[in-house]
Amino acid sequence: MSVRRSTVIFAWLLLLPAVLYVTVIVAYPLVDTFILSFTDASLKKTTNWVGTANYEKIFNGTFAQVIIRTFVWTAFSVAIKMIIGTFGAVMLNAAVPGRALFRVLTMPPWIVPMAIGIFMWGWMYNGQFGMISGMLQNLGLVDGPVAFLAHGSTAFWATIITDVWIGVPLVTLYLLASMQAIPQDLYEAAWTDGAGRFYRFRRITLPLLVPAMITMSMLSLIATFNSFDIIWILTQGGPNGDTTTMIIDTYRTAIGSKKYGEGAARAVLICIFLSIFCIAYFRVTHRLASGESR
Amino acid sequence: MSQPAMINRYRWYELVGIYAGIFVFLTFILAPFVEGFLVSLKPLALLFSSPYRFWPENGSFEAYRTMWVSVPGFARYIFNSFFISTIVTAVVLVLVVPSAYAFARFTFRGSGALLAAFLAVNMFSGAVLLIPLFRLMRSFGVLNTYFAMIVPGVAFLIPSAIWLLRTYMMRIPRELDEAAFVDGASHFYTLRRVILPIAMPGITVVAITTFIGSYAQQFIFALTFNSKSEYMPLPIGLYAYFGRQEVVWNELMAASFVGIAPAVVLIFLMQRYLVAGLTAGAVKQ
Repeated sequence: MSVRRSTVIFAWLLLLPAVLYVTVIVAYPLVDTFILSFTDASLKKTTNWVGTANYEKIFNGTFAQVIIRTFVWTAFSVAIKMIIGTFGAVMLNAAVPGRALFRVLTMPPWIVPMAIGIFMWGWMYNGQFGMISGMLQNLGLVDGPVAFLAHGSTAFWATIITDVWIGVPLVTLYLLASMQAIPQDLYEAAWTDGAGRFYRFRRITLPLLVPAMITMSMLSLIATFNSFDIIWILTQGGPNGDTTTMIIDTYRTAIGSKKYGEGAARAVLICIFLSIFCIAYFRVTHRLASGESR
Repeated sequence: MSQPAMINRYRWYELVGIYAGIFVFLTFILAPFVEGFLVSLKPLALLFSSPYRFWPENGSFEAYRTMWVSVPGFARYIFNSFFISTIVTAVVLVLVVPSAYAFARFTFRGSGALLAAFLAVNMFSGAVLLIPLFRLMRSFGVLNTYFAMIVPGVAFLIPSAIWLLRTYMMRIPRELDEAAFVDGASHFYTLRRVILPIAMPGITVVAITTFIGSYAQQFIFALTFNSKSEYMPLPIGLYAYFGRQEVVWNELMAASFVGIAPAVVLIFLMQRYLVAGLTAGAVKQ
């Protein structure tokens, strides 16, 4: 009995530093955000309780629109990431010469500091001199320069494409790893029975890949919902707020205008959405795991 | 010929299709780097001229020289990025190795919930918590120091590091611990002398992924918590090439490539570990 007890104490001692650290730097700020959201905290010396005024302000303003925009932006980004990522994984899974090299070449957007990749996209989107506008003009597809980041609708898609670009390597490599974990004898058995390549893909690869695809799209959903750097560097939420997502709006309110209270109320809403995603993620992965063991 | 080789033999049109698919895919992935590199070779006058020309006629590596002149502090930014990421990685490892071992080996009341709580932290980016973090950093008195970027950086990298290393350690046979324990070794001795050496490849993977994560996340913390140019990391330091009138794009791109070169070389040498980390942490849950 005493051995077991000392074991438990030892385990807690091992965990203590990390637990303390995360409590101070993550858990406490979470609570603080919640409290701040009911105050008018700003750069002023005094802070007053304002009840739910910050939340009322949010819903009387344009924030509802921002929420919808965030969801649309996220949904498109995740969907495109999954499509391109799956395509890439299927291609890279083919046993052709050079595949090891191709796999390495997939990594740069993921490995390189995000800001640097985003600066490169910023140049490509440049209307006057950028590559995409220039290429389109040279091909005669458009008449004049297209300043992708200067118009609401094109800026919206431009930020999505850049987000997709940064997210695709992880999706690809993850799905590729899952594909390679599928037992080879399944394919050999099907092959012996005369199943063609496409049939094997549809009946073996795809069904066995579904759990990994679900897991990845949920992880990607959470990451995309939190996305800040891309929009901030490319458009800062503009033009006319057309690329302003919840995170960007929170940042503008809290850090830009120093309205900590109003910013905190927005952050609380984000946390609520994230918690919902998080619970959904745990439930889904749990179900997938228990389904496997059955 | 053996079966696996036969099964993987492609007809010529299949091969063409696969290579075409890979080409399209990699074009999307690599286009910004190719364009960025060509931009770094073009003189500004050529960059700011219409119509657009892809190829750098009379291009040169001039920008790679002038970038050091226009932003004299640039070397410092690269150093800062490396410095911050290195410290963050070291602190994360110190915190995570014991925790991962505890999660891998001991089940006690609340251990499952605690692990879930750690994973939930993963869902929140620093961006959501910036306001209280700002106040916290201010009350610690570390705004505008390296610590302002290191302290919050560590917290958000702990969860995935724990998860990854726990998965790795669970694969180490329990008999090893038990044998050491029977021989009279203490828990701590077992961890240090038996588990740590075997877990070294796993720890390497965690170190690399943490380093990359830290390199990537520097932007928002540096943007918000630091305004001193001597502590700026690379991603923020690049803004120095944004002049009042125009962006010095060729130098900006040259600086980007110089800035990422050391990290990229390091990572390409270690890419086998990267894929291993991804597979261990993600697929075998």
